[in-house]
Amino acid sequence: MGNRCAVIGVGQTRYQTKRRDVSIAGLVREAALRALEDAGLTFKDIDAVVIGKAPDLFEGVMMPEAYLADALGAAGKPMTRVHTAGSVGGSTALVGASLIQGGVHDRVLVVAFEKQSESNATWALSTHLPFSASLVVGAGGYFAPHIREYMRRSGAPDHIGTLVAVKDRQNALKNPYAHLKIPGINRQMVESTPMLWEPIRYLETCPSSDGACAMVLASEDKVTGTPAWVHGTAMRSEPMARADRDTVSPQAGKDCAADVYRQAGITDPRREIDVAEVYVPFSWYEPMWLENLGFAAEGEGWKVTEAGSTALDGDIPWNASGGVLSSNPIGASGLIRFAEAAQQVRGMAGEHQVDGARTALGHAYGGGAQFFAMWIVGAHKP
Amino acid sequence: MPSEPLVAEHALEFPGGYTRTTGPVIGRFLTELRDGRVVGVRTTEGRVLVPPLEYEPETGEPVTGEFVEVGPAGTVMSWAWVDAPRKDHPLDRPFAWALIKLDGADTALVHAVGADGAKAMHPGLRVRPRWKPVADRIGHITDISCFVPEVTAIVSPIRTEYRVRPGRSLGRFLEGVRDGVFLGGRCTRCDKVYVPFRTSCPECGSTISEEVELPDTGTVTTFAINNLPDPRAPEVPFVSAYILLDGADVPMIALMGDVPVREVRQGMRVRAVWAPPEERTLSMANIRWFAPTGEPDVEL
Repeated sequence: MGNRCAVIGVGQTRYQTKRRDVSIAGLVREAALRALEDAGLTFKDIDAVVIGKAPDLFEGVMMPEAYLADALGAAGKPMTRVHTAGSVGGSTALVGASLIQGGVHDRVLVVAFEKQSESNATWALSTHLPFSASLVVGAGGYFAPHIREYMRRSGAPDHIGTLVAVKDRQNALKNPYAHLKIPGINRQMVESTPMLWEPIRYLETCPSSDGACAMVLASEDKVTGTPAWVHGTAMRSEPMARADRDTVSPQAGKDCAADVYRQAGITDPRREIDVAEVYVPFSWYEPMWLENLGFAAEGEGWKVTEAGSTALDGDIPWNASGGVLSSNPIGASGLIRFAEAAQQVRGMAGEHQVDGARTALGHAYGGGAQFFAMWIVGAHKP
Repeated sequence: MPSEPLVAEHALEFPGGYTRTTGPVIGRFLTELRDGRVVGVRTTEGRVLVPPLEYEPETGEPVTGEFVEVGPAGTVMSWAWVDAPRKDHPLDRPFAWALIKLDGADTALVHAVGADGAKAMHPGLRVRPRWKPVADRIGHITDISCFVPEVTAIVSPIRTEYRVRPGRSLGRFLEGVRDGVFLGGRCTRCDKVYVPFRTSCPECGSTISEEVELPDTGTVTTFAINNLPDPRAPEVPFVSAYILLDGADVPMIALMGDVPVREVRQGMRVRAVWAPPEERTLSMANIRWFAPTGEPDVEL
């Protein structure tokens, strides 16, 4: 795994529908400055910047990293853009970590953002090329059939998705950065919202958010303050149209989890991990990923959700921050998962802190559930 | 019988309008307006009154005579939306009467805000004066036609135009659908049949050269009922289904038809409904949709 690496600073913007008060540059800088302040550093202390965001069509700015170099204090330094669709925030953290682990740099700033209000994600994700029929409208249109297949295979009752939608929004009420804050959120409220892409209801989907997240990563002898140590990092991908591809529980996700657990010495994730920040943009992906990530046996994930085990007071809280279901600046959403995992083991998650969290999983996925990025962070030095 | 009440129109208007002597304080304010500036006057307590007053409202003392340039930008404190402007209103389209506190002032002035709609108004909105042309200014509050919001966003139209060619493999597949057949490709190394036809195997990377003609029947493996309208997609609700053609190893996404959306099932047997041969082109539009065959469902 190379040299030791730790998170020493985390910065987030408040996630909301429209950040009318800042440009894209102002948005990423806000997150970056907060991460630097947390680490007690300035841009001068940073060796390299790694930036991630989802497809350029979201803002219509081609290669935004070039224009954002000034805002991120990257002049004269290596600056790299990462792009792995929705998992990009996670991949961005991992590329940054690899620069530390490989001994290339001592302090790396990783930043990810999306300003979804500059266009419309459903439009940007549905480009409708010639020669083919235009049948998939947005991410929900793509994922709905796979959720339906999960429900059929597992026999999960219809209300499981509702439970996740409520649970994550309850957690969001404790997170000052969260976008969707719905006081009194309950099952009736979720069930009264329309089916957008049946079986996905409106309140079972993520919002469209503007926002940015940043972290300062450091090598062992540059650690200051309260570190979150990186215990394992893994990325995997798989082709979208492979024969026999399991779109409900993709092999790339299983392989990625197995790799990151092996590095971190984890054999029983449900027991050994204290809190997980997992990319759940549609509520049904919680039980699906519980199985894919080995927290539950195949077909049993929904029972873990139903039992309340993934709630903030459960034995394995998932998305204590409110998750992607509560805040979704797409390109940043993966990095937020990684950053929230770090905040938990640093004991700095505030009102949504899981008591005594020592080991946490950060997870992101993207594309047609083809790209996976994960890390395990811990309070103790590996 | 009551008689018609006697009515007459009567206007009282001093010919040419009253002469209003401004005095030094208001006069200074109006003079500065004519020159394109807004000034306030300082009170003995140090507050800046905009518009200026000759005597402090709280103490009755004369103001100091010190004039302070304020604005030109300011902040909307409160407003009332005018949906139907009247003849003498400053704007002939819907606008807001707003209390605007100009930068540097301690009091707000009332003026019109030309905004795109009531939704564009909010407390804290930053606005700037839109001045009348110099020659039209007379030293009057209407020398400012209205206030308008500051620029906070621009529209950036971007259009990239492509000439898209289907490529060899998709081109071959489209020739097939023009002729009423689905062409697949078999990876001989993996022994898997891919449809639409493709020339490389996504699993092992081998070149696919073996064409396979597949029947136009298959099984719905899973589907979504789409209720979110999109101008480029079929009218909602529509069912987008993963259909595993008989003999294929990957499903194709296709539209379901000839069946109510809520009656589509996983495992349902379906057959392609083709456009008449004379209407066919090199396009997936040749397949109108897939319709149930009526055969028993397949166990998935």
